[in-house]
Amino acid sequence: MASVLELSSDRTEVAASPMLPRPFVIKKVRRETEDTFTVELDPREGRSRFEFLPGQFNMLYVYGVGEVPISISGDPAGSTLVHTTRAVGAVTKAMAELRRGDVIGIRGPFGTSWPVAEARNKDVVFVAGGIGLPPLRPALCEILSHRESYGKVVLLYGTRTPSDILFKDELEQWRARFDLEVFITVDRASAGWRGNVGVVTTLIQKAGFDSRNTLAMIVGPEVMMRFTTIEFIKRGVNPDSIYLSMERNMKCGIGLCGHCQFGPVFICKDGPVFRYPQIKDLMVKWEI
Amino acid sequence: METLERILAQHQFFKDLSPEYLTLVTGCASNVRFEQDQNIFRVGDEANQFYLIREGRIALQLFSPDRGHITVETLSEGDILGWSWLIPPYYYVFDAKVLDVTRAIALDGKCLRRKCEEDHNLGYELLKRFSSLLEHRLETTRLQLLDLYGVRS
Repeated sequence: MASVLELSSDRTEVAASPMLPRPFVIKKVRRETEDTFTVELDPREGRSRFEFLPGQFNMLYVYGVGEVPISISGDPAGSTLVHTTRAVGAVTKAMAELRRGDVIGIRGPFGTSWPVAEARNKDVVFVAGGIGLPPLRPALCEILSHRESYGKVVLLYGTRTPSDILFKDELEQWRARFDLEVFITVDRASAGWRGNVGVVTTLIQKAGFDSRNTLAMIVGPEVMMRFTTIEFIKRGVNPDSIYLSMERNMKCGIGLCGHCQFGPVFICKDGPVFRYPQIKDLMVKWEI
Repeated sequence: METLERILAQHQFFKDLSPEYLTLVTGCASNVRFEQDQNIFRVGDEANQFYLIREGRIALQLFSPDRGHITVETLSEGDILGWSWLIPPYYYVFDAKVLDVTRAIALDGKCLRRKCEEDHNLGYELLKRFSSLLEHRLETTRLQLLDLYGVRS
């Protein structure tokens, strides 16, 4: 079988191959928490903006170490490509050591996106758990940039402890807005914390949305997403208006290798964003 | 002016309670206000009240000599504070500290216990509602214990 490189001698086509990483230069590295960081990237060749849809992910390749799937966390209208991740495995730990000017490989964007168009004229409730805030950020930025097209917009964010809160400065800016409600809670409070304590699902009843006309976007650990979904449905939100972002062991990014198979779907191609009824029955099957 | 009975009737906790029982419950209710940093009750206090929070925020805390006051949960508008009034020996097991100025309706537990003893149907109605509340709190506490956001590898 001919390789991708042999199929075409045209540089543009080769560069657009979903299996071929494009080199990107790190413009900025920002430490968010003790183990979480954000990188801002620009293509090494050319100055074209990286086009993507909110909710999509890229495969990030640390040369000589390996490749990992990471959601895009930047504003779709922004000038740089932004990723936020936790240094937890070999690749992300190596990535955390990279500095401004270093180069990494990018494949993508891959996957489905948040239904920002479908959410127009509705109340929108974002629910993020832990490292689930970065994949929601592009959708929130997009909605805030067209704020007049949406009803009430609420962000519910739960983390482990106060020191695990991501995007602290931006959260403060969001909290200061009159057209966005932000509720934050932590599972474990430290001394001096005067904010909320309790799981993120307890915030849903505080959000005050119109359940008959609400669209929910949820990202976090699967158990958290399951209980959050139950709470929304209990409050009258249509299951078809609940969207979740799933995570599995994505490798190829285009539904070929099967690593991220989740029952009859591939997370990388059919997801990561799913409408709840699409995966409802799969979420409670631990055998798959 | 909103009457206590109407406020109670509109609250999710008392939803669909018969007018007759609502009147009985209202007879044990009063409006209260707590200032920031005030302790509503402390561990070991006799539990003679529970509260329906109308506005404000309250922290349920435990004191540990090495860690100080640890908040285990915060409650706010719409939440119910306190169920120790229902379960012998009727002593609070947490401290309740006011984070933001709080307005609430206090329900006299002793008064309600007496009325429940006199009318077991009322007692059953209240127990069903508190069982549901306890189930919800147990569920969220279990989720909290799972440490879902912890690092996996």
